[in-house]
Amino acid sequence: MNCDVCQNEKATVFFSQVVDGNLQKVNLCKCCADDKGVTDPTGFALADMLEGMGEETATETAVATDDLNCPSCGFTQTDFKKTGRFGCADCYHVFDEGLDGLLEAMHKHTQHTGKVPSTFPDLPEAQMNPLPEEPMAPSPLDKLSELKISLSKSVEDEDYEEAARLRDQISQLESQMGDS
Amino acid sequence: MRSPGPQSDIVMTSRIRLARNLVGHPFPGWARKEDRSLVMEEIRPSLENLSEMKDSFSEEMTKLTALEKQVLVERHLISREHAAKGPGCGTVMNRSQSISVMVNEEDHLRMQAIRPGLQLMSAYRSLDSIDSELEQELPYAFDHQYGYLTACPTNLGTGMRASAMLHLPGLVLSEQINQTIQGANKIGLAVRGLYGEGTEALANLFQISNQNTLGTDEKEIIEHLDRVITQMIENEKNARMKILEDKPTMMQDQIGRAYAVLKYAHIITSKEALNYLSMIRLGCDLGFVPEEERETINVLLTEIQPAHLQISAKRKLSPEERDILRADIIRTNLNGLTPPDFSTILTERDDDE
Repeated sequence: MNCDVCQNEKATVFFSQVVDGNLQKVNLCKCCADDKGVTDPTGFALADMLEGMGEETATETAVATDDLNCPSCGFTQTDFKKTGRFGCADCYHVFDEGLDGLLEAMHKHTQHTGKVPSTFPDLPEAQMNPLPEEPMAPSPLDKLSELKISLSKSVEDEDYEEAARLRDQISQLESQMGDS
Repeated sequence: MRSPGPQSDIVMTSRIRLARNLVGHPFPGWARKEDRSLVMEEIRPSLENLSEMKDSFSEEMTKLTALEKQVLVERHLISREHAAKGPGCGTVMNRSQSISVMVNEEDHLRMQAIRPGLQLMSAYRSLDSIDSELEQELPYAFDHQYGYLTACPTNLGTGMRASAMLHLPGLVLSEQINQTIQGANKIGLAVRGLYGEGTEALANLFQISNQNTLGTDEKEIIEHLDRVITQMIENEKNARMKILEDKPTMMQDQIGRAYAVLKYAHIITSKEALNYLSMIRLGCDLGFVPEEERETINVLLTEIQPAHLQISAKRKLSPEERDILRADIIRTNLNGLTPPDFSTILTERDDDE
């Protein structure tokens, strides 16, 4: 393994340091270690040195932050992981994936039940009442059973003309349903 | 002037805090200086025009000295975090300091109502009416699913934190306090020290507050906290009675020792003073120390803190100088305090037997 700084000499000094909860490691040759003051622990911070190592680290950071970001404020998922806070109100919708799980763990609930500002527009009707009050057009299945009841009734009544008409309608509907 | 409020022997204060943000502006922690200033310009006139805020104290954080900010922290009117804030951050509070608002703390608005004793619902009502006035003018960030949108998801929903400051020497002396804290944690309540998150419990004072803010409405949160606090008051009183029964000498020693130190010390740290003042307060509750001393103790609990001392000295003091001034102020205030009288309670106990 070669020295991380000069890349030429064999590394003989292995230095690890925990910075903000992350383990950082550097491998150095004797010459570079002396040069950077690693042997003097009071004057040496790994972070400073990593910063000085430049481009490689910078590229890595750029890749890491190239994640989902909020179009309103530029906040990223990585920022949230780092701070535990969002950048603006819109972030709640940009980063809503997995948010319910987080809120469930935090609050045991995911739906607000308290005060609503009086100035705030009501929810659109469709969202408030998932079941619309207007009766819907009967589904093909309902229509089919309705026709079948009428058919048996017309047979009972010996109204064969009506029965023939209903039978045609039923077979038409059944073939439509089969298609879809 | 005395206005102790209900249950004030054990509940020092009740507080309600509401977090609100405006749409179209990044939250303060992510905002640039200019964004914060814009929010400040939008919010400040609305706050100052509230009838509750007539002749209010309203200032930008940059205009306050370090000492003034520290006094506000010691009075629980702003957070330690807010004291460290720069341009575009401010504080508005009413004359009686019962309502205070931090602008651009973690959220655009952090409003607080504080009341003596156990009065959470009354504190909430006063803050709620201010909030309802403000929402007419300020476009709040709100969502039907998530409620009031806050910088930290832990405040989402009502944005409300209800808390009470409890004096629990009985539970501390009887070593039941950790059990009590764990019990409260299990039912979704947080228990913290004198200055909130991450601070140690001084003077046997503990802040208990709700942790969940989403999916439970304001009234339910307050009622739940009220029930738990009422139970804790009961437990504290039982603990005190139990100590008096089982270890009366230990109780007398604690209060007598506190009396001796506070009355005769010439150098005393905040921590030492707060803990002894707590014991004298307990002495008042149990009838060993005259009731009229309670208010003196309450005032001292605030006045002996570092920034308050320096304001009264009108100059910056070194820690050593503060310890000397603190002892002076305590001795002067407790000048008329007679030694704790334990005979009455002990006689009554004997009569009972």
